[in-house]
Amino acid sequence: MELSGGQILVECLKSEGVDTVFGYPGGAVLHIYDALYQQEHVNHVLVRHEQGAVHMADGYARATGKPGVVLVTSGPGATNAVTGIATAHMDSIPLVVFTGQVHSALIGNDAFQEVDNVGITRPCVKHNFMVKDVRDMAETIKKAFYVATTGRPGPVVVDIPKDVTDPKVKVPFEYPEKVAMRSYQPTEKGHSGQIRKAVDLIVNAERPMIYTGGGVILGRAADELTHFTRKLGYPITQTLMGLGAYPANDKQFLGMLGMHGTYEANMGMHHCDVLIAIGARFDDRVTGDLSKFCPHAKIVHVDIDPSSISKNVIVDVPIVGAVKSVLTEMIELVNQAGGAKKTKELESWWDQIEQWRGMKCLEYKWSDEIIKPQYVVQKLWEVTGGDAFVTSDVGQHQMWAAQYYGFNKPHRWINSGGLGTMGFGLPAALGAKWAFPDEEVACVTGEGSIQMCSQELSTALQYQLPIKIVSLNNGYLGMVRQWQEFFYSGRYAMSYMESLPDFVKLAESYGHVGMRIEKPSDVEGALREAFAMKDRLVFMDFQTDPEENVYPMVPAGAGLNEMILL
Amino acid sequence: MRHIISILMENEAGALSRVAGLFSARGYNIESLCVAPTHDESLSRLTLVTSGDEQVIEQIVKQLNKLIDVVKVQDMADTAHIERELMLVKLQAFDAVREEVYRLADIFRGQVIDVTESSYTVQLVGPGSKLDAFIDALGSIPVVEIVRSGALGISRGPRGMLVPEV
Ligand SMILES: Cc1ncc(C[n+]2csc(CCOP(=O)(O)OP(=O)(O)O)c2C)c(N)n1
Ligand SMILES: [Mg+2]
Repeated sequence: MELSGGQILVECLKSEGVDTVFGYPGGAVLHIYDALYQQEHVNHVLVRHEQGAVHMADGYARATGKPGVVLVTSGPGATNAVTGIATAHMDSIPLVVFTGQVHSALIGNDAFQEVDNVGITRPCVKHNFMVKDVRDMAETIKKAFYVATTGRPGPVVVDIPKDVTDPKVKVPFEYPEKVAMRSYQPTEKGHSGQIRKAVDLIVNAERPMIYTGGGVILGRAADELTHFTRKLGYPITQTLMGLGAYPANDKQFLGMLGMHGTYEANMGMHHCDVLIAIGARFDDRVTGDLSKFCPHAKIVHVDIDPSSISKNVIVDVPIVGAVKSVLTEMIELVNQAGGAKKTKELESWWDQIEQWRGMKCLEYKWSDEIIKPQYVVQKLWEVTGGDAFVTSDVGQHQMWAAQYYGFNKPHRWINSGGLGTMGFGLPAALGAKWAFPDEEVACVTGEGSIQMCSQELSTALQYQLPIKIVSLNNGYLGMVRQWQEFFYSGRYAMSYMESLPDFVKLAESYGHVGMRIEKPSDVEGALREAFAMKDRLVFMDFQTDPEENVYPMVPAGAGLNEMILL
Repeated sequence: MRHIISILMENEAGALSRVAGLFSARGYNIESLCVAPTHDESLSRLTLVTSGDEQVIEQIVKQLNKLIDVVKVQDMADTAHIERELMLVKLQAFDAVREEVYRLADIFRGQVIDVTESSYTVQLVGPGSKLDAFIDALGSIPVVEIVRSGALGISRGPRGMLVPEV
């Protein structure tokens, strides 16, 4: 079969089982768009801004576990995509991003819409390629998908000069069945000796703590984690990225840890004697001051990325491997050992934890007058049966969504944890809805964040993606304002926007439904009404308490046991 | 501590910038970096000299291994090894100084490889410390310029860096 570069790209996508490309056309990718136009297997979603395309593909990837695919043009198309790529990179999300490039002969000449895509994206991708010859196209794409989806996943950029997709140049096409790279061979199976050593430590723990992150979700190991945790009967806490990998409504779950984690989770971390870290990377938002982190604990760390181990915190038993495989082996050994051994000590550990839990650190002051943002999230949970896909933007609303929407299943909580990208929520929700048209998808956002990608409301109309936008409109860049209140004596520099749009009209102008909700007593009704409109996108503009803060909080530089409570 | 790290990489365009970019992005220091093809056309070998405590070096090795194009990384400090660096030194050399330069070059087993009425250029090979010692020994002899290759390292014994099979 002789095909052009554009046709080869499409055939490769078909072979990879890609159903959708999120993208935006331009000169350098016109040959590819022409090839896409002439086939029916791969859909294309036309966004309104390339950042939106990458976040959409990212939301699709997080919701499905499959790689997201993006196509953008050279120059500004590619630079617009960079924020999305960096967002995916920080959270290890598998994406394959095709960027157009100027004609090979023009590269390096400051040609029209030329930018060094490989150079610009290098620090924020797992890997990138430039296809210099159409004969290398199929193999490069195969490698791109392989690298993006295996090991610790991540975005891969494939830069394609325009002449490489010239429809007049056809070459024989065959999609390689397999790919093997001597320079890239991720470790799947953990070292059995280390696993044995870890389990020995684990079953003999007196004050154990299980701490898990996004790696468990990416590694599809939620079932194994649940089994492992239940078998041991140990307390478990999760990072912002890890929520949903263990059911939030279970008694063993202590909530999220870290800067805005629960009191019981953070105190548990501080006082534990054995810490079992799985698919987590000891981020600074999780550890607080490193010198005060888990001072009494022996630490077991399971991660697929060797460079995550002993990067921030030196651990006692490192295990490099896929969490699913390692957990499976651990469960086996825990069973052989007959489960946890220190039953008496565990009992008093749980008593201690229950005391911390008794502080009820997530309680907030109720008001009849003004809507409390936490209440909106709680009601969202009720109205959706706790079973929706929830995306968020970045700010206070993100923390409230994480704290008050108890996620019982993996892949349902979708947010930009690593890069903290405002503007992520709406396009990510559209990507999730595209993947699961029959499921409820809510985007919890703020009036600041939503304006960073609100153009995608137009995409939502074109493709009939009836998500529900829950905007916790506090009139402030709330998270910034909170820090200014705490640490800058209330000097609110640039955290207040003088003129906000009328979000109801904004939604309406895009052909959607807008609602403005001002009273606490209207919250539940509005949510019910919105979710009843199955085929409409509804933008709910909740006027929330402008000065509400996110509690509890570990201030920067403090240890996890030094929390500010309400 | 100073470490010599040897890296075998796929001989692809941009391979060097991936390594250099990693070091600048993560704030690791590079004392020297040397890249050249090997007897295997598909590979190039980088040798870099860096310094840091044990934890930093461990991270450097891990981060290098994480680069998709990197085939093999070896911290030379982990094995018995030989270090060599090439240095070319151009000196102002008049009258009595000419004798002195000749003598010094000889002591350090260097060679004078270019001569003019007013200058000598000396070539010297050895571990970095030897080259430093030569520069010290020059004392007040005026240096015009110095060019150094950066250190190279190779393990002692019959075995080389193993390229993993696919
Ligand atoms: C693209 C981007 N720019 C700036 C920031 C810094 N930042 C973090 S939270 C925040 C405020 C967000 O305001 P809003 O969306 O209204 O959410 P709120 O905190 O009020 O809930 C800002 C500006 C960011 N995270 N992302
Ligand atoms: Mg706000």
